[in-house]
Amino acid sequence: MRAFIVLLKKEFLQIRRNSFLPRLIILFPIVIMLVMPLVMTMDVRNVNVAVVDLDRSTTSRRILSHIGASEYFTLVYTTEDFHRAMDRLEKGTADVIVQIPENFERRMETDFPEPVQITANAVNATKGSMGMQYLVQSIARTLSELRDEKHPVVTSELITVQNRFNPTLNYRHYMIPALMIMLFLLICGFIPALSIVGEKECGTIEQINVTPVGRMTFTLAKLIPYWMIGLFVLTVAMLVARLVYGLVPAGSIATIYLGSMLFVLTISGFSLTVANFSDTMQQTMFVMFFFVMIFMLMSGLLTPIDSMPEWAQNLTLVLPPRYFVEILRAVYLKGTTLAELGVSFVALGIFAVLFNTLAAVTYKKQA
Amino acid sequence: MNDVVISVHDLTKRFGTFTAVNRICFDVFRGEIFGFLGANGAGKTTAMRMLCGLSYPSSGHGTVAGFDVRTEGEQIKRHIGYMSQRFSLYNDLTVWENMNLFAGIYGLSKRETEARSLRLLDRLDFSAEKGTLVGSLPLGWKQKLSFAIATIHRPEVVFLDEPTGGVDPVTRRQFWEMIYEAADHGTTIFVTTHYMDEAEYCSRVSIMVDGEIRALDTPTRLKEQFAAQSMDEVFRLLARGAKRGE
Repeated sequence: MRAFIVLLKKEFLQIRRNSFLPRLIILFPIVIMLVMPLVMTMDVRNVNVAVVDLDRSTTSRRILSHIGASEYFTLVYTTEDFHRAMDRLEKGTADVIVQIPENFERRMETDFPEPVQITANAVNATKGSMGMQYLVQSIARTLSELRDEKHPVVTSELITVQNRFNPTLNYRHYMIPALMIMLFLLICGFIPALSIVGEKECGTIEQINVTPVGRMTFTLAKLIPYWMIGLFVLTVAMLVARLVYGLVPAGSIATIYLGSMLFVLTISGFSLTVANFSDTMQQTMFVMFFFVMIFMLMSGLLTPIDSMPEWAQNLTLVLPPRYFVEILRAVYLKGTTLAELGVSFVALGIFAVLFNTLAAVTYKKQA
Repeated sequence: MNDVVISVHDLTKRFGTFTAVNRICFDVFRGEIFGFLGANGAGKTTAMRMLCGLSYPSSGHGTVAGFDVRTEGEQIKRHIGYMSQRFSLYNDLTVWENMNLFAGIYGLSKRETEARSLRLLDRLDFSAEKGTLVGSLPLGWKQKLSFAIATIHRPEVVFLDEPTGGVDPVTRRQFWEMIYEAADHGTTIFVTTHYMDEAEYCSRVSIMVDGEIRALDTPTRLKEQFAAQSMDEVFRLLARGAKRGE
C-alpha cells in the first residue's frame, strides 16, 4: 500500500513538473471544443452556382433570385453561353451549372416542357450530390410557388418532417460528443504509453524493475492519474459545450461520467499494453496512431456504423470506442438512461478489465 | 567467512546463437567486496542482471540471499540493492523525493523513511541539496546519491554496475569509502569496474573474458599467480586473449 501511494505521488509530481503536460491538459480540450464544432460540419454550404439563362423570362429570373437568396448557394455567374459556364466549372470557381432552356416559361404549361439541366462537379461527391439535391428542391419550390400564384388551390402539406432529439438538424450537436471521445483517445490514449516508454528510454524503469514492487501496483499507479485527467478533460469539454454552444446533456450527467470513467480506463489500459510491447517513443507513437485511426474511423464517430459493409460492422463489435460512442451520443442527445444502455456499459466494463489485466500481465519485470 | 550470499553454478545466458554468459561458477560470502572484472562486452552486465532478477538465465543455477534466480526473482529483489551502469533515478524529482520514493517502494514507513533519508543526506553532506532536482546534480554527486538510495532499505547485497565510470578521482575515493562503510555493516558488495586501482580494494576479484570467468582470487594471490606487479597487468594478460571486441 505504501509503495502504491509513493508511486502515485511520484506520477503526479512528474506530471506537474513537466513543462508541457499541464498546459496540454487544459488548452487541448478548450481549443478543440472551441474550433472543431465550427469546422466539422457535413452540411453543404456556399455552393457556387453558375446560371445559363437562355429563357430570360419572369420565371427564369425568379429561379435566379431564389438561388441568390438561399444561404446554401452563391450565385457567382450568369451567362447565356453554356461553354463559358463550363469553363468556370473546370476552373473550380463554380460547383454547379443550372441551364434554363429557351422557351422554358412558354412550354412549361404544355405537354412538352423543356427540362432544366443541372451540371455538377462531383469530384467532391458529397458536395456535388448535396448541391444538386438542394438545387432541385429550390427550383421545384420556385416552380410550385409560381403555379400556386397562377392557379390558387388549397394544397395541404403532403409530408411533414419532424427531427427528434436535434430539432434544428444542427450538425454541431452531433459532433460535440464525438469530439469529446477524440479528446479521450488523444490524451488518455497517448500520454500513458509515452510515460511508460519514456521511463524505458531514460532507464528509470529498470530501477523500478529491480525493486519488489508488484506489476499491478505499478500499472495502477500509472493509470489513476490519467483516469483523473480524462475526467477533468471531460468536465472542461462539457463546460465549453454548454457555455459556447448551449448544448446541455439531455440525460443524466452521472451516466456520462460513469461511461467516461470506464472508457478512459479501457483506453489507458490499452495504451499501457501497447507501451509494454514498445521500446521507443517512435514505435509507440506509430502503433498508437494506427489503432487510434481505426478507432476514429470505425467506431461510428464520424460515419454511421449501419452504413458500413457487414464484415466491418461485425469488426466494430471488438472496438471499445464503439460502445462509448453509442453511450455518449444517446445520453447527451436523447437522454437515454443507464438501464437502456446496459449492454454497452457491460461491454465497456469487460474491455476495461481485459485491457488493464493485459497491461499488468504483459509488463515484464524479468525478461 | 563461510556464509554464502551468492552462489552461481554453470549460469548461462544465450541470445539466439550468441552466448553472452557461458557457464560461470562462483560463490560470494557475506560482507565481501566482490570485484567482477572484464573487458567491455565480456558479459558482466548480463550476468549481473540475471542475479538481480531482471533477466532469466538460459541454463544453470544461481541463488542470491538464498533465493533462486530463475523462480524467485521477486523475493531476491527484497534483499538486494542495484545501481545500474546508466544513471536511473528520476531526474525530474528532487533528491528528497527520490529517497522517499524508493524507501516507500521497499515498504519503509513514513517515519523510518524520513529518519534514514535525513541520516543519508547528512552522511553525504547533501543536506543543502535536499530540494534540488536530481537532473541538475553533477555526475559524481548523482552516483553517490544512487548508491545511497540503492542501500536505503539496508539490503543484504548491493550490485554496482560500473558505479564510478566518468567520476573524478576525489569523488571516486569518497565513493569507495561509502562502499567500505557498507561492507563493514555486513552488506555484501558486488561491483564491476574498469579501474584497476579499485580492483585492488576488493576482497576478491573475478575476471571475465568472452563470457567465461578466467580467474578468481584475492588481488594479492592473482598477482602472484600471474607473476604480475599490479592488477592492471593481470587484467591485460587475461584480456589480451579476448576474441570479442567492442
